[in-house]
Amino acid sequence: MNGWIFIVVCTVSLTWTALCLVYDRRPRLLKPVTAITILSIWVAAFYTLVRRFTEGLGSVTGMNDAAPWGLWIGTDVFAGVALAAGGFVIAATVHIFRIERFEPILRPTILTAFLGYVLVAVALFIDIGRPLSWWHPLVMWQHHSIMFEVTWCVILYSTVLAIETSPVVLERLGLTKLLKLVKITTIPVVIAGVILSTMHQSSLGSLYLIVPGKLYGLWYSPLLPVFFLISAVAAGMCVIIVESYFSAKILRRSLESPLMADLGKAASVILFLYLTIKLADLMFRGGWVLLLEQNLQGGLFLLEMLGCVAIPAILLSFKRARMRPRVLLVASLLVMTGVVLNRMNVSWFGMSVHEKLNYYPTWMEIALSLGFITFGTVAFMLAVHYLPVFPKTEDELPGETSSWISTKQG
Amino acid sequence: MNKIQHTTEMGAFNRRRFLQGLIGGTGLSVISPAYLEASSHTSAYTETPSVLVDVTRCIGCRQCMRACKEANDLPNDTELSEGFPDSWEEQELRFDQWTVVNPVTGCNGDGIEVTRNVKMQCMQCLEPTCVSVCPVGALTKSEHGSILYNADRCIGCRYCIMACPFDIPKFEWTSGMSPVVGKCQLCTRKRLSEGRMPACVESCPTGALKFGTRKRLLFEAHSRIKSRPERYINHIYGEKEAGGTAWLYMSDVPFENLGFKSDLETAPLPTLTWEVLSKIPMVAAVMAGLFGTLAWSLNRQETSE
Repeated sequence: MNGWIFIVVCTVSLTWTALCLVYDRRPRLLKPVTAITILSIWVAAFYTLVRRFTEGLGSVTGMNDAAPWGLWIGTDVFAGVALAAGGFVIAATVHIFRIERFEPILRPTILTAFLGYVLVAVALFIDIGRPLSWWHPLVMWQHHSIMFEVTWCVILYSTVLAIETSPVVLERLGLTKLLKLVKITTIPVVIAGVILSTMHQSSLGSLYLIVPGKLYGLWYSPLLPVFFLISAVAAGMCVIIVESYFSAKILRRSLESPLMADLGKAASVILFLYLTIKLADLMFRGGWVLLLEQNLQGGLFLLEMLGCVAIPAILLSFKRARMRPRVLLVASLLVMTGVVLNRMNVSWFGMSVHEKLNYYPTWMEIALSLGFITFGTVAFMLAVHYLPVFPKTEDELPGETSSWISTKQG
Repeated sequence: MNKIQHTTEMGAFNRRRFLQGLIGGTGLSVISPAYLEASSHTSAYTETPSVLVDVTRCIGCRQCMRACKEANDLPNDTELSEGFPDSWEEQELRFDQWTVVNPVTGCNGDGIEVTRNVKMQCMQCLEPTCVSVCPVGALTKSEHGSILYNADRCIGCRYCIMACPFDIPKFEWTSGMSPVVGKCQLCTRKRLSEGRMPACVESCPTGALKFGTRKRLLFEAHSRIKSRPERYINHIYGEKEAGGTAWLYMSDVPFENLGFKSDLETAPLPTLTWEVLSKIPMVAAVMAGLFGTLAWSLNRQETSE
């Protein structure tokens, strides 16, 4: 019970921090409260880890034989991978499609994706029952398994992201020769990254193709891999918007407003595509009938599709809405929530359709997940502070990119 | 009549051949590793060692549970030997309890509530989902058709538990670093490979369990149903479920009323993912070509400008 109070307090505190940033209020307590919250989350996460590695998964998680995959798989892995999809989208935009306007946000996006994948890898290490055997899929091949393919893709793509991130570090260290070498390999590496991402983003959905009798009809579809891929692309773009917004606020730097608006527009188009295929699929398979059941799953499905896909898609389709940073932020947050909700629906709510759910996460599972999010954020801030992630001064930005903060101040 | 006679002879022949095979180590139908790709039919598994469970004959003595624990060196902490079946606690499959027998009350065909004793264990699918989803090959199909677990390969991802259409594999949730997945392996390593039948079958005092080749048992089940249609429902559970299983059940109460999963696909599940997986190399190659050409041509355009 105390654990749950702790989680609620931490969540409220983090939300307060975010709201302070959004409304440009910097009360004196902001920094110490945020720091104490984050530190206590990390202490709780550490406690969870110690117990997980000594007493087993059953002692810290709500997982059981009826629900072998819990919150860590649903959010830290499935949603984490989807939210980090911005990396391959922007890399492809700049290096393959040569839309170089997006160059200024390339580095922070790649860095976000890299940190995201590192955290996904750590989450997997913690979640698999026999962590010391994590390398087995590399040598013990079983190419009929989607899980085998996902493992390989995630490991290879993390390597790709490491290579794509490396210029930031190499520049800082002044290793120009190595930097040149990395730059030559850029295009093939980016292409490899796009292919690997397409494969494993969709394959996370394919993991559920094998359970037609278990996954609820609102989510089970032969098109699951397609849905996972498309929703990840949209969510990845929205993560860039949110990440850029808060970086601008925290670092008091300018932000590329027109670029963000463009990203919002692209996300809107993709969301409409997603909505169309999803509805067609639901009609075609007759899954819509399940909506008449009036159960928890139906409600969650409507929340996901209307609240987190349709509404942001419509919002982002208006130019006036896109040009207002806070509207853009809210719409993007909705899309992010939507993808997290979707992965939870597939991995949790859709897999336990009984009178009562067969799994509830413990406060320790949530504490570790919060630990991952805060750890990623802090790591990003540190990297931004010490490494040339953002263009140095405003002068280096293309002329048309205006600044949110400076226009507001001016 | 002639036809039945003929099949009986075939059955006898098959059994003889099967037993010879078990003892001699040859002659068994060895399932090729390609079974996952092939949209094979259950007729390819006529020689698979199987068990027929006649639910009407089970008295719920739980001798099979005890025999299982002894044969597989599993801890026997459950009170299995004393008392009447009705007073026994309901047992659940666990990583260290591979088979259970529980009384289940359900409506029979006439709508009357009756209680039957239902044995549960790994169904030993002919085209096993767990084997196809395991990323490291910790679950494999033995030459006897049974599905074996190898803890030394297992990474503990629990995809097998998530994917099993019968919800059979169980996980050791209390171990920090080296939990195992537990499920019935048809006594393959200790008994089947030595030509002996599984311990549970051997221990059954009423003949509710019967061991033999799948073809012979299916024939026997069908002829039991045919000769006593008033006693049995005309459904052999496991004949078609999830593409067919080595464990076969016959009953006088509809299976869905006894807690059996009734909405299973009759097609083998592994094909569902293989249809997608097998296309991946081609998709990757097409994408590589497409993006490569695009990047190259756009790059050239830019440099020439």
